[in-house]
Order: sequence, then C-alpha cells, then structure tokens
Amino acid sequence: MNFNIVVLIKQVPDTRNVGKDAMKEDGTVNRAVLPAIINPEDLNALELALSIKDNHPTTKITVLTMGLPKATEVLREALFRGADEAILLTDRRLGGADTLATSYPLAQAIRKIGSFDLIVAGRQAIDGDTAQVGPQVAEKLGLPQVTYAEEILNLDEKSIKVARRLSNGIETVKAPLPCVLTVNGSANDCRPRNAYRLQKYKFAACPSESELLPEGARRLLESREWLNIKEWNADTIEADPEQIGLVGSPTKVKAVESISFTAKECLVLDEDCQIETLVENLIKNHTIG
Amino acid sequence: MEENNIIIYCEIDEVEGRAVVADVSLELLTKGRQLANRLGVKLTAVAIGRNLEGISQQVMPYGVDILYLADDSRLFPYSTLPHAAILCGLFKQIKPQICLMGATCIGRDLGPRVSSAYRSGLTADCTELEIGDHTDVKSGRTYTDLLYQIRPAFGGNIVATIVNPDHRPQMATVREGVMRKEILDNGYKGEIVKLDVDALVNDNDFVVEILSREIQRSSVNLKGAQIVVAGGYGMGSRENFNLLFDLAKTLGAEVGASRAAIDAGFADADRQIGQTGVTVRPKLYIACGISGQIQHVSGMKESAMIISINNDPNAPINNIADYSIIGNAEDIIPKFINYYKKHSK
Repeated sequence: MNFNIVVLIKQVPDTRNVGKDAMKEDGTVNRAVLPAIINPEDLNALELALSIKDNHPTTKITVLTMGLPKATEVLREALFRGADEAILLTDRRLGGADTLATSYPLAQAIRKIGSFDLIVAGRQAIDGDTAQVGPQVAEKLGLPQVTYAEEILNLDEKSIKVARRLSNGIETVKAPLPCVLTVNGSANDCRPRNAYRLQKYKFAACPSESELLPEGARRLLESREWLNIKEWNADTIEADPEQIGLVGSPTKVKAVESISFTAKECLVLDEDCQIETLVENLIKNHTIG
Repeated sequence: MEENNIIIYCEIDEVEGRAVVADVSLELLTKGRQLANRLGVKLTAVAIGRNLEGISQQVMPYGVDILYLADDSRLFPYSTLPHAAILCGLFKQIKPQICLMGATCIGRDLGPRVSSAYRSGLTADCTELEIGDHTDVKSGRTYTDLLYQIRPAFGGNIVATIVNPDHRPQMATVREGVMRKEILDNGYKGEIVKLDVDALVNDNDFVVEILSREIQRSSVNLKGAQIVVAGGYGMGSRENFNLLFDLAKTLGAEVGASRAAIDAGFADADRQIGQTGVTVRPKLYIACGISGQIQHVSGMKESAMIISINNDPNAPINNIADYSIIGNAEDIIPKFINYYKKHSK
C-alpha cells in the first residue's frame, strides 16, 4: 500500500520560552528576539506521517505551509526529517488572515495537490492556540475530521483507526479515508534530522529565496530538481479573492492593548520567623486549617 | 421560528446513565442571559444527545427562553459530523446573532467546523464578552451592538478585542471557569422545541465510528478548591512537584500548575491554571516557582489572597501577590508544612 499524505505546518515565534529580553520596556513583546520555529505539534503531525512511511515506504509525504518566504525554513526542516516534497504558499494578498481565511487557501492548495489519502496537522499553533485551522480545512474539503489524534492503531486502503486523547480519557475511532487528522502534543516526538537528508536538502530553496542567491547556488538549483521548493500564490491555487487575507476574514481586530497589572502592596518575607508568623496568622483567621 | 437570538451549545455528559449539562455550558447560559438582556433578545440553548428528558430542568433556572432538543440514540457520545449538521441546520432556521460554546475538547472540535460551514468567524478562548459599537476604519461604516470578543493573545501579553461585523452568528468559545454560573430563577419557564433529527442528519454524517471510550472522571477539582497550591517551571522537576502534593495534603488544598510546568512534564494537563487552562478563584493561592507570566496570572489573579514562593524577588508574580516569600520552594515548603503542624493544634 502507498499513501499520499499532506502535512500542514506553520512557522511560529517560540512563545514558550519568553525570556526577560523578550519584553520591551513598554511591556510589549519584542518579536524580533523570539526564535522562529516549526510549531511543536506540527512536528508530532510530521512524525505520525513518517511512521506511516516507515511501514509503507512508497508513501509520499508533502509538507505545505502558508507564510512569508522566510517560512521556507520550516519546509527545509521537514525535508531534513523525512518529507518528500515541500510547498510554500506565499502571497501578500494572503496576509492578515484569520483562521477562516487561512484554512480556505490551504484547502485550495490541497485541492491542487490533487491526490491525498490523509491530511495531518498539529492540533494547534502556539502563537494563537485556536485549534481551528485543522477542522476548518476538513470542512472546506468536505472531509471527516479526527482531532486530538495520539496514535494510529490501524491503517488500510479505506480507513484509519486512531486513538484520540481527550481531556478526560481516550477514545478510539475509525474514519474512512481520505480524512483530516489533527495531532496532539502527547503523540510521539518527531525524529531528529537525518544526516544524509541534511546534506541532500541543505541548499533547497523556493524561487523567492533563489533570486537572492549567488550565481553558483542558483545553477545548483537548476541542475538538481529536488532542491526546488514549490512556491504557489493566490492565483496558482485559484483562490476567490473574497475569501483570503484581511478582506476574507470575518473576524476583525478592533483593539489591542498591552496588559500591565497594577502592583499591589506586597509584603516581602525572607526570614524564617516571618514565615512562621504568616502561617500562624493564616490559621488564626481561618484561611487555612 | 424566532430569529436573531443568542444560542448556547450545551455540552452533554452522561453520569450514571443520566444526561447532564457540562458546567461550562451553564456558565455560558449565565453570560448569555446578561447579553440577551442587554440586547433585548431571547436566550436560547440547544442540547444534542440521547435521553435528554432531564435537560430542561437543568437549564431553565438559568433563564433559558427556548430550549432546542435533538434527542436521538446516535447522538451520544459526541461526534463531529452529526452535531455540526444539526447545529448548522438549526442556524438556518433560527438565524441566531450570537452562538457561544465551551472551549473544551468538544467545543474546539465543533466550533471551527460550524464556523467554516457558515463562514461566520469564531474567536477562541474569550475571557470577556461585551456588547458595543464598532466603526470600520476603512469604510467608515458604524455597526451597533456587536459582540466584543475579548481574549488574550500572544502568550497572554496583549489583550485583543475581536469583532465580527458582517457575518452571523458571531461565534466564540470560552474556557471552563472563566464565567460564573448563577441561577436566575428556579421557577423560570421557557419553551421546549424538539428538533426533527432525521431531517437534519443523513447517513454520511455517521461515517466516523466510535469504537471504544475509556473516560475517567478527573479527580482534579481545581475550580471548587478553597486553597490552591500551584507550581511553575521553577519547581525544576516532577519529583519536586511531590512537595506541592505534600503541602496540598496538609492544607486540604488542590494542586495546580502553570503551562510551562506542564509543557516540561512536571504535572498533568488537567492541572493547568491560566488562559489556556482553568480559571480559579480560591481564598488562598500559593504560587511556588511561578514567575507570573500573564498567561498564568489571568487564571488566578482573582484569588482572595496570593502567597508567592520564589527565589527571584523581581518575579512579576510579586506584583499581584499579598506576600512574597523569597527562597527556593524546595526549602520553604517543608518549613511551611512544619509551621502549620506546629500551630494548627
């Protein structure tokens, strides 16, 4: 059996390790110092796809991302780890999109890819935590969705059996192919880069990047077809202009404010006897005990 | 059918064979009632599941004017496609202006599916919902009485107000515990409308089969706890987290954790407090090794008293703490336990 799998990935700022220098003096986030990474749960999704390829070596894994040309970095990362083909969906007209105006062009791109048995994505991205794009892509393609996937229990030509991780337990479901899976962070971690693949794809680039490369590197791209990362825009995927970008986003940001909490008076205790007095008082006024 | 009302999707659980509305849905009914009063419209609710006879008694006291019931043995446990089909079909009939659901495993699966089918937009994990006006900067057009969907963004460092001017319903999800449930009137009488399930779903909606479910009722009850002992990344390890359990046992408290601690594997996800976890309002909150990122603080800042144990005197948590104990949590917690034992008798 061979399967065609599309893995949706996203480049995100690493909001998990917001260090002290990541905050500007006015209390807002300094995005420039946050490293850009593959969204962590998208790596779990990639691993799930790779594990299928382990069992069925003729499986083809295509990674798809939407973003600025810089997002090609995460596509290369996926190639290093085992993906077969990479597609960048980039276009100014796609910018400023909410989740719906993101899922629509992704669904259009998947339609253009054409043959697919499985679409896999991380459950949610750490920069928004909305968990909406996976189910919305499924709806746009008219496919069933299986969210919070943790493990594939069985896969045949017609159906997939999946263990789902819910907040209060595990549910096992069987869904027909093709379908959309969103993968939970509790699924297997992604394998590291493969040394051979790293050498093979080190110079892989999309056309927007290759324009800026020195002549020698450009010639390398011309002679080695596998180094050419596909780059699609809104026209390639025949997107309806009314459904993309800011215009195609039903939700609008009305206002944004930075939060700062007004400091209240805080008693600092650094001596044992002070702690003891605090505990004693808490017992006396029935806060504890 | 009546149009332009507010609808709450009531999540159904089964406890000992009895259909029970989830707490988060009751919390949203209370919020929905306030919004409905403000807008001068009706509060409606929809329950989709099986054996739903007891549901009206559970929701009416929260001020529900119309309850829609889709009662069919195939509709429990929850599955995306039939629930989405019923909700979309109902939307077509009653054209609600606002739809709210819990930001739970179910709401976060169903909400985006329905919002995509309706191209209606959906804001996840709102912490506040208000009604207000909006003027579009580009077109200059003014909209009255929109739903302000207020949520923290970017790791909780900013708060964004989202509006949905042109599409209906305006959809939002809210985490459990963020809103407060409050019974309006135990004698409140609303209308019950039974939906024709067969007219709303077809066989294709049942292609995903549920083969088995191993559901454990969570033993963690953070929302109901009077005292919460919470640990952050600064606890350093899962082993050190045991100290928090010791302290919690001594004080009769529940153990919570920050997202960073859960991401690091120190505690299980059902203990997460904060913007993407549970919101708590205990009478005492002891924060151990928690720096106080807004993501966390937004879920506990309404605690009546906050004690922070942290070796960094400049940690942001001290901005909201009543007492700040400077030192390593591993050293301080055993002392705290000893002092408690010494003075409690």
